Amino acid sequence: MGGARFGRFLVQRVLKMVAMVFAIIVANFLLVHAAPGDPASVMAGEAGAADPQFLAQLRAQFGLDQPLSTQLWIYVSHVAQGDLGVSYRQQRPVAGLILERLAATLLLTGTAFVLAIVGGITLGALAARRVGHTSDSLITVLALGFYATPTFWVGLMLVLVFSVWLDWLPSFGMKTVGADLTGGAALLDTARYLVLPGLTLGLFYMAVYARLTRAAMLEVASQDFVRTARAKGVPEGGVQRRHVLRNALLPVITVAGIQAGQLIGGAILVETVFAWPGIGRLAFDALLARDYQILLGVFLATSVLVLVFNLITDLLYAWIDPRVEVM
Amino acid sequence: MRKLTRRELARRRLLAGALAAGAMPEMLTSRLAYAQTPTKSAATPKKGGTLNTILTPEPPVLVLGVNNQGPTALAASKLYQGLCEYSFDLQPMPKLAKSWSLSEDKKTYTFRLQENVKFHDGHPMTAEDVIFSITKFHTELSPRARPIFANIKEAKAPDPHTVVLTLDKPFEPFMLMFDVTACAIVPKHIYDGTDYRTNPANQKPIGTGPFQFVEWQRGNFIRMKRFDDYWAPGQPYLDEIIYRIIPDSQSRALALQTGQVQLTQANDIEPFDVPRFRAMPNLEVELKGWEYASQLSWIELNHRVKPLGDVRVRQAINLAIDRNFIRDRLWFGIGKVATGPICSTTKFYDPAVAKLPGPDPKAAMQLLDAAGLKPDAKGVRFTIKHLALPYGEVWTRLSEYFRTALRQIGIEVVLETTDAGAWARRIGDWDYETSVNFLSQYGDPTLGVERSYVSTNIKKVTFTNTGGYENPKVDELFKTAREAGDTAVRQQAFTAVQKILCEELPQIWLMELAWPTIHDRKLYNVIGTAMGPNASFDNVFLA
Repeated sequence: MGGARFGRFLVQRVLKMVAMVFAIIVANFLLVHAAPGDPASVMAGEAGAADPQFLAQLRAQFGLDQPLSTQLWIYVSHVAQGDLGVSYRQQRPVAGLILERLAATLLLTGTAFVLAIVGGITLGALAARRVGHTSDSLITVLALGFYATPTFWVGLMLVLVFSVWLDWLPSFGMKTVGADLTGGAALLDTARYLVLPGLTLGLFYMAVYARLTRAAMLEVASQDFVRTARAKGVPEGGVQRRHVLRNALLPVITVAGIQAGQLIGGAILVETVFAWPGIGRLAFDALLARDYQILLGVFLATSVLVLVFNLITDLLYAWIDPRVEVM
Repeated sequence: MRKLTRRELARRRLLAGALAAGAMPEMLTSRLAYAQTPTKSAATPKKGGTLNTILTPEPPVLVLGVNNQGPTALAASKLYQGLCEYSFDLQPMPKLAKSWSLSEDKKTYTFRLQENVKFHDGHPMTAEDVIFSITKFHTELSPRARPIFANIKEAKAPDPHTVVLTLDKPFEPFMLMFDVTACAIVPKHIYDGTDYRTNPANQKPIGTGPFQFVEWQRGNFIRMKRFDDYWAPGQPYLDEIIYRIIPDSQSRALALQTGQVQLTQANDIEPFDVPRFRAMPNLEVELKGWEYASQLSWIELNHRVKPLGDVRVRQAINLAIDRNFIRDRLWFGIGKVATGPICSTTKFYDPAVAKLPGPDPKAAMQLLDAAGLKPDAKGVRFTIKHLALPYGEVWTRLSEYFRTALRQIGIEVVLETTDAGAWARRIGDWDYETSVNFLSQYGDPTLGVERSYVSTNIKKVTFTNTGGYENPKVDELFKTAREAGDTAVRQQAFTAVQKILCEELPQIWLMELAWPTIHDRKLYNVIGTAMGPNASFDNVFLA
């Protein structure tokens, strides 16, 4: 593929993405405002006492007394300048709130993602190579088990075993508050908190990748070019790695691309159960509180990430399988 | 005389025994001074230690006034303080005010302030801060304080430690407006002349409380540490308090069970989980501490929806409800059944007139027959919608019980579900037929009960008289009680109004709510006032 052609492709894709993001912003804006109730009524409901003046003050402060079209215009023009606005409830910039929580979520989902891909492909490849053996059956059964078990239940069981019975690992939170650890000790501390939610989230996808890899490898292994490779004397390890596994990876990448798109928003259940301070919780709480600014900010961040990962997936296809053309 | 809980009885026996033996005179005098301090002040206070506890849901800010919801008060009450606290029987006890007096004409209140109080930024707290907090900060921000503090004609500071407030007319419940949840004292030098709601200082609260703000990682934890310049000598005892944000109720229960937190409060633990914590020997479950809030729950009826405007229909609904069932099976014995519009822990409650008949489904059906609401072929007299309260599992179960209870007298209830935002909006817009609601009474019916029943407060806002009940006699009685400076006159009016309301049933009162405070037995002095876990915790210690 020529460099100029590739450059043109990239520019086109990015332009399309910008248009898409704009459409997403407008659609989200209209959607969140269509939900009954507004931040002022939520706050009045929580305060346990309210009068009309209280509601009017809040709505004026949040700009909710303006016509919807004006609010939309203000929001879009601010976003265009890179300003995601200020949270109604917390009175802090949305961008900061999202960044603060994004790190926690990416740590959790990233760990789960790596665990799932590395573990899944390894187990899948192992099972495919030893198809029919005990190790294959064991891997298949385990994968099926984790694939079929609801995530929250896996989480609860892990907590029961490792926190309640064995008392090895903490059941909630992200770090030992008040210990004031730094450097390696702090990393190790967070790692301990990461184990259970990371496993809970990762096991499901690990099962998916293991099953996918195994099935794809078995399918590829029976094809002519593999036989050719063997016939021309390529050692078995090389056949498996360079010919079978590489070709079997395409479906895995497709699924991984989808999972990567969910790295931000897809962990809300695990974040809730393990009190992990991630962005999924932020969005959910903002939804309940009708904190439109946060909600729109999270939606925006999520959709941009999905679009970016789609692009990366497409490029990866081309890299792994040169026959695939990205444009 | 009110019934005593088993623990109170035990405490009284202990006290009586100690008296008889003439033991520990010092402990006894301190006991008798605050007749209701908790059981365990017998242990010697110990310095140090970190209290890990839970806060849920996460509050938006920690400045009382800017936000007044329950979780905000729980945490911010450690950072801020009011002029006083209240004993279990709602008598004011000194906090930032050492003492106070009321003039002969019952219009002028004089507060003497503690002298060596500092804010967390080192500024001394003076009468100027108190006057600013009362007449400006909370009057501007708080729907609860606004109508009351608006009656302050004059606020003076004759010296830095004296505040003199003069009302334009006597207002007896005035002294109930000065705890930290109603009127936290905030620093004038930080807030005066700014937009209170958007002041950047809201992100780093500065109060006079025994603990000062350290760090808040959103969605994760709030951390506060001992304030070394706290005015009460030797206090506080704890080094740190850490509030963990744990959104899932089962995870919260687990955190308590495994000892990762030593204290839970308010609605941290679902009622159905409480029995198993009662059984754990290292934990103590306390139900006191909600006397000031005294929340009353009820089935909220919209009188504009036919046939709910008919008193016979409301009486029938009342007769269909079994409050003991609700207390025992839904709330697992936590709280008391309601006997009328005023909680038994609120002042001016009159047990002689506050009585609700029932349950009696047969009589209920006769009333509906008399109202001309005959059952159709399917046995249904009429169908009504019910907007469930989206505050957790137990409230959903309550609404399901309501549907079952009304079906037996031929009323078909269609449940609607929603979330907190939509619920508040729909109640405020009168866009509902029946729902569930609960309101705090703040110690005096004028402060917390009147608002739900007088026609002058029929407004399109939540927590007003949203049901639309109107009775000129009721209006008049509440007005008399509000304006009379004399306790006896007020009692008379409140007794009369309780009698009328118990007959007319503008709402179907269910339960006087209580919330379990569950703590490790090594944690002392948690619940000592009617503020419950909203106390400042300056005397709380880990032994």
